[in-house]
Amino acid sequence: MLYREAGQFKSSYAEDQRIFPLRQDRIAFWALMAVAFLLVPAIGNQYWLSAMLTPFLIFALATLGLNILTGYAGQLSLGTAAFMAVGAFMAYNFVLRLPWLGILPSFVLAGLCAAAVGVVFGLPSLRIKGFYLAVATLACQFFVLWALQRFAWFSNYSSSGVITAQRIEILGYAFDTPASKYVLTLAVVTLMALAAKNLMRSETGRAFMAVRDMDVAAAVIGIPMMKTKLLAFAISSFYCGVAGALHAFCYLGTVEPEAYSLDLSFRILFMLIIGGAGSILGSFLGAAFITLFPIFLNLVTGWISHATGIEISHAVVSNLELIIFGGLIIFFLIVEPLGFARLWQIAKEKLRLWPFPH
Amino acid sequence: MPIEAIFFFEVLAGGLLAGVMYALVALGFVLIYKASGVFNFAQGAMVFFAALTFVSLVERGWGMWLALVVTLAVMVLLGVLTERVVLRPLVNQPPITLFMATIGLTFVLEGLSQLIWGSQPHGLELGIPDVPMEWLSQRWNVNISQFDLFAAGVAGVLVAVLAVFFHKTRIGRALRAVADDHQAALAVGIPLQHIWAIVWAVAGFVALVAGLMWGVRNGVQYALTFVALKALPVLILGGFESIAGAIVGGLIIGATEKVAEVYIGPFFGGGIESWFAYVVALLFLLFRPEGLFGEKHIDRV
Repeated sequence: MLYREAGQFKSSYAEDQRIFPLRQDRIAFWALMAVAFLLVPAIGNQYWLSAMLTPFLIFALATLGLNILTGYAGQLSLGTAAFMAVGAFMAYNFVLRLPWLGILPSFVLAGLCAAAVGVVFGLPSLRIKGFYLAVATLACQFFVLWALQRFAWFSNYSSSGVITAQRIEILGYAFDTPASKYVLTLAVVTLMALAAKNLMRSETGRAFMAVRDMDVAAAVIGIPMMKTKLLAFAISSFYCGVAGALHAFCYLGTVEPEAYSLDLSFRILFMLIIGGAGSILGSFLGAAFITLFPIFLNLVTGWISHATGIEISHAVVSNLELIIFGGLIIFFLIVEPLGFARLWQIAKEKLRLWPFPH
Repeated sequence: MPIEAIFFFEVLAGGLLAGVMYALVALGFVLIYKASGVFNFAQGAMVFFAALTFVSLVERGWGMWLALVVTLAVMVLLGVLTERVVLRPLVNQPPITLFMATIGLTFVLEGLSQLIWGSQPHGLELGIPDVPMEWLSQRWNVNISQFDLFAAGVAGVLVAVLAVFFHKTRIGRALRAVADDHQAALAVGIPLQHIWAIVWAVAGFVALVAGLMWGVRNGVQYALTFVALKALPVLILGGFESIAGAIVGGLIIGATEKVAEVYIGPFFGGGIESWFAYVVALLFLLFRPEGLFGEKHIDRV
C-alpha cells in the first residue's frame, strides 16, 4: 500500500529521465546510501568490514564490468580475472614509479591499462563470436598471468612475485583502517555504478544491447560494429581493472598473480548469472550472494558439527561448497535464467498491486 | 641423420603424440556439440571423474576389466542423468545458458568425485610402460614413448569405432539428423531426448578413455580437469562440429606447441606452453573464423 506511483506526476523531461522514477525508490536509495556510508562504518566491526563488505563491493564492481561486456554487449568473456590482475599490478607500479601521481589517478591509469589489454584481446570479437570468442578470451587469461609471472618488472623484481600494496593516502588522509578502506571502496563503486547505469541508458548502451540481441541486424541499421564491440571490451576491462586495483589495495594488501586465476573468472561469471545478466542491480545481488554464501555455509556446517558432535573436515566442506555452487548455478538457470534481478523486479510489480492480486 | 634433425624429429613426434591426447579430450566436446549444440565445459570434469572412479575401484581390489565396465556404467548413468536433470529443463534456451549450465555441472562433478573418492593423487598403471621404444632408439636413435604410440593407437581405434557408429548404425544416422536440424529430426519422429542421452553416454565413454590415457601420463589428480583447457584451442582450430577437425587440430596444436616450447620458448624464459596454443588458434581464427573443418554459418536477420 505504501509502494504506489499514484499522485506522482512528471512535469519535465528531467523528471521523466530519472534513474528512479518512483519517489519511494528514491527514498529507499538514499536511505540505503546513508546506511552504507554513515551507519555501517560507524557500527561495523573489523571482520564484517574487511572480510565481507569490502570484498563484496569489489566483486560487485568486477561483476558490473563483466556485465557490461557479457550482459549488455553479449560478448561472453572468461578473462575477467586477467583484467583485474592487470589493474592490480599496474596500480602498484604506478604508485611505485610515479609516486607524485596520487592513489586515485593511479587507479584510473591502471584501469586504462586494463582497458588497453581488453581492446587487444577484444579484437578477435570482430571476426568470431559465441563460444569461439569465449575460448579466445581464455587466451587473455593465460597470457596475462604468464606475463605477470615471467617479467619481474611487474612485481618490482621481488623474488616471490608477490607485491605488497602501498598504503593509501589521499590529500594527506591515510586510509589504513578497515572502515576507511570500506568507505573508499564504497565511494568508488557507487560512482562507477552510477556511471554505468547512465551509460547503459545512453546511445552507447543501446548500441551494446542491439549488438547483443543480434549483431547482424545491428550492423544493418548502422551501428558501427568495430567501435561498439571494442568500446564494450574497453569499458568492461576498465571496470575490472579498477576492481582489481581496489582488490589489491583495499582488500588483500599482498597479491600474487595466482590470485587471479581462471577460478576467479568463473566466480565472477557465476555472480553475473545468479545476479542477473544485463542488470546493474543484479551485479550487486550476485556478488553479495556468492561472497556471503561460503561464510554462511561455514556457519551452518559449524552448527551441525557442534550439534551432532561429528567433525566435518575442511575438505568435505570445500567439496560440498563446490557441489552446492554448481547445483545452484544449474538451478538458477533452469528456474530463473535472469537471476535475482528478475526476482526483485517481479517482487516490485507484485508490491505495487498488493494487497490485490490484479 | 644429423643430431639436430633427430632432435627436431623427436620433438615433433612427441608433439604429435601429445596432440593425439588432446584430440581424445576434444572428441568428447565435439560429440556433444554436434548432436545437441551444447558446448560442454564439463568434459574435463567428466574425464577426471571417470579416471578417478576407475582408479579408486582398482585400488579397492576390483579387477581391471570389472572396474572398467562398472566405470563405463557409471559414466552412462551420469550422461543419462545429465540429460534428464540439466538439459531437458533447458530445451530452447540460448546456447550461452546451456554453456553456463555445464560450468555448473563441472563444479558439481569436481566436488562430487573428490567427496566420494578423496582428493589425494593416484598413480595409474595399465600395463604399458611409459618408456622409449627399444628398436626405434637402437636403429634410428629416436626416442618415442611406447605408451604414446599406444595412446595414438587407442585414439585411432576410437575414431574408427565412432565413425562406423555414426555412419552405419540406425542410432548413428539419427544422431547425425539431430545434429543437422533439431526440429526437422523431431518432425520425422526421432526421439530427441533419447538421442541426447545416448550422446552424453558416448561422451562419457570417450571421457573414460581420455581419462585413462591422461591418468597414466600425469597421474589421476585434480589437475586432470585442466586437460579440458588444453583441448579448447584444439576445438577452435578444428571447428566444434568436426571429428576429423578434432584429430587434425589436436595434431597441429600438439606439434606447434612442443616445437615452439623447444625453439621459441627459451627467448621468453620458457613456460609459453600455457598460452601458445591459444595464440596459434586465435591467429588461425582470424583467417577462418569457423575453424578448420567447422561449418560455415550464414547469419540471417
